[in-house]
Amino acid sequence: MKIVVDFDACMSNAQCVRAAPTVFEVREDGFLYILQEEPPESLRAAVEEAARLCPTQAITIED
Amino acid sequence: MRSVVIVGASLAGFSAAKSLRKHGFDGSIVVVGDEPHPPYQRPPLSKQFLAGTWDRPRIDLRLPDTLGAEWMLGARAASLDANRREVVLDDGRQLPFGGLVIATGARARKPRWYAERPGVFTLRTLDDAIAIRDHVRAGARRFAIVGAGFIGSEVTATLRALGCDVTLLDVDPLPMLRVLGEPLARVCLRAHEAHGVRCELGVAVEGLTGESSVEGVRLADGRVIDADGIVVGTGVVPNVEWLRDSGIDLREGVACDAACAVKGADRIVAAGDVARCDHPYFGSHRVEHWNNGITQGDAAAQTLLAAPGDAAPHVAIPFFWSDQYDSKLQVVGLPSPTDTMHVVEGSLDAPRFVALYERDGVATAAFLCNSMHRAAAYTAIVEAAAREAAHAGAP
Repeated sequence: MKIVVDFDACMSNAQCVRAAPTVFEVREDGFLYILQEEPPESLRAAVEEAARLCPTQAITIED
Repeated sequence: MRSVVIVGASLAGFSAAKSLRKHGFDGSIVVVGDEPHPPYQRPPLSKQFLAGTWDRPRIDLRLPDTLGAEWMLGARAASLDANRREVVLDDGRQLPFGGLVIATGARARKPRWYAERPGVFTLRTLDDAIAIRDHVRAGARRFAIVGAGFIGSEVTATLRALGCDVTLLDVDPLPMLRVLGEPLARVCLRAHEAHGVRCELGVAVEGLTGESSVEGVRLADGRVIDADGIVVGTGVVPNVEWLRDSGIDLREGVACDAACAVKGADRIVAAGDVARCDHPYFGSHRVEHWNNGITQGDAAAQTLLAAPGDAAPHVAIPFFWSDQYDSKLQVVGLPSPTDTMHVVEGSLDAPRFVALYERDGVATAAFLCNSMHRAAAYTAIVEAAAREAAHAGAP
């Protein structure tokens, strides 16, 4: 599973951070950072929830 | 259940369709939408889209190839016969359903004096946003914004950035007073004034001036504010009229239980701006936030698919954001202007701060200004407090 974020669409609303805090982080500079671009399969449900909750649909999961 | 009809083709309806497929529904899905457009994002309409920095493809919602739904766009539902399990469109077509998702959203509320004429706008739909954008491109430079809530405030900030003169009007003495309470409403006022907005607050608008095209607005105190563009942002009305004869409780929206099931109906659910759902923590509320369309649409779909009595309550913590000038505002929870508010990080004079709302010593909401890195933490705080308060209050 590979995570792709459209950083032009990302508004740093941090809904993904709530859903998958070990994968996504919004830092003090206001930008989103991906902590694991290819997270283990055990995090799939959390990452899917993060993608679903993103208000700007900026997160895509590739296979 | 072999067929689901979804009335409403914006985020809540779209989210319900996706959720039905995700949870294994392989019957037919028909989505009815009165706008001619496939689903798109509404939040950018008052911001990036109006500013011209994002174009149309940028705001479309991505439709999964595997959705397999039939989209009936530009079609309007006229009535629901809950006993015959049928939606009737305004052209007479009948859509029988096994399950129904009501997601007809809300429309801009128009004041008594509102008149359809060139230069007068509300902002709710893509077509509204295109009309305002085109009006600016055609040379309109002096805008009066009626209503200093979130839409009015965002449009004001965007039009200022485009170089327009803007007068912001509201019957309340401060912008966003009813949502945020006085201390934060003062911060919002300061931001508008710092960006050269003329604020005429605490005075009602009584009418428009100008005949064939608009020339301004007339205030209750007799003054006239000259303007060649008027944008009215005075709240929304849930789109429930088509359900008039359905027997459903429609006071303040479609009455639903905590799992988005319409009360007194079988296999009929509602989601998004039109739905007034019982919230396990916050009571019965109609929530107009964008993310509510995502989470309620999903919850409603799962309720349709659940065995009777098995549906799980939808417990998402309300969340919305707003971009105004150089500030990013986020609110989690449900603040009330009567809650006590205190600053927990930074200060109201600083470019970034966090404020917490409390009622009876319990956190009800958090307001974050340029503090996105703290959003997840404060959502957790508000959620824990709400859960605890709900359990303490349970019999």
